[in-house]
Amino acid sequence: MTELAGIFLSAMLVNNFTLVLFLGLCPFLGVSAKVETAVRMGGANVFVLTITSLVASFLNAYILPYAPWLRLIAFIVVIASLVQIVEAAIKKLSPALFRELGIFLPLITTNCAILGLAIFQTNRGYGAVEGLAFALGAGAGLTLALILMASLREKIELSDVPSIARSMGLVLILAGSLSLAFMGFAGLLSS
Amino acid sequence: MSPRATTPGEDFLRGIWRENPVLVQLLGLCPALAVTNTVANSLAMGLATFFVMMGSSILVSAARHWIAREVRISAYILIIATFVTIADLVLAAVVPDIHKALGAFIALIVVNCMILGRQESFASKRPVGRAILDAAGTGVGFIIALVMVGGVREVLGNGTFLGYALFGPSFEPWIVMILPPGGFFTLGVLLLLFAGWEERKNPPESRRWANPVTRTVDSVPAGAGAGGEAGAGGSGAGRGPTPGAEVGA
Repeated sequence: MTELAGIFLSAMLVNNFTLVLFLGLCPFLGVSAKVETAVRMGGANVFVLTITSLVASFLNAYILPYAPWLRLIAFIVVIASLVQIVEAAIKKLSPALFRELGIFLPLITTNCAILGLAIFQTNRGYGAVEGLAFALGAGAGLTLALILMASLREKIELSDVPSIARSMGLVLILAGSLSLAFMGFAGLLSS
Repeated sequence: MSPRATTPGEDFLRGIWRENPVLVQLLGLCPALAVTNTVANSLAMGLATFFVMMGSSILVSAARHWIAREVRISAYILIIATFVTIADLVLAAVVPDIHKALGAFIALIVVNCMILGRQESFASKRPVGRAILDAAGTGVGFIIALVMVGGVREVLGNGTFLGYALFGPSFEPWIVMILPPGGFFTLGVLLLLFAGWEERKNPPESRRWANPVTRTVDSVPAGAGAGGEAGAGGSGAGRGPTPGAEVGA
């Protein structure tokens, strides 16, 4: 149990996917202008990451020992198709949930955070349960980073910044400061 | 991409500077920040991406009449993934040290949106020769951006360039530049510099206070109107920045 909590906290704070490992920067910069959108994007991310982790555990256990060179292609194809199937199912079963998360699902399927999770999980030899803790931690970390960034950007909208800083430059500097803050978690876990 | 005809030179040059994937279009940022803590890593990452870009563009362009529209994205991703697997295995065999330093980011070239973007918007519509030029231009632009970021980070964070010491033993390295925050800071400052350069080249019609993206909607017309009225006796009502600013404040 302690080990699982360690994996979760490590993925969420110490090795935050966005701010420390630089995974999933496109949604981080693209949809972090409003807190509400950021929360929904984070939810969709947690969802897809969980599916990815389960798929990766299954492939690692049963398929890939026989064909290791197919790893990358298998991950991409299986994850992308499964997310599409789940998306169709949600659309049918729960239109409300689909409206909340739906538009983001296809966007994040081929996002580096998703594939990165599958690859890291494989490289570290996590089983299904550890993989799930890792995915939930990574999802929580992405959501946290998105919400922090969106709150900062909502403030910037109202402040008088020089015109050159209205582009992405200022957002990246802010991301750097957030990343600096997250470096402070480095001593949290001794691993 | 606009359907208007472009010259071969334009196809090549466009990706290098004017539509630079990282510095202008902000595509492919994950590798551009994650592995650029030294120039050598940046170069290796750039060259691997260049190879994948070139291979997939040639194949996509050559097969463009046989790929059905409905499954084109999946087909592009499969083609890209194939070339990435090749690059991954070759790097692991030839330069194991660099392969280890780049880690999972070689595999993550698959999801570099820059490559998929060029397939969708260019290679799938043009003959092979043009696709090669476009891939070369975009690939070179990507390498330039990576080496710029990597150069700044290695020189400031380690005091070296490609491993050669630059400043002598008294230099105190800025450790933060080779840590993750340094990547964000470097690219952020580069983008700010480019935005400033762009603005100096094409100065906006009116000064920044009069271009009120950040002002609330009702305060600006009020301020501008009052400024115009106050300055109406003088010449160029509402033209000079100061009256409006004073009344607005």
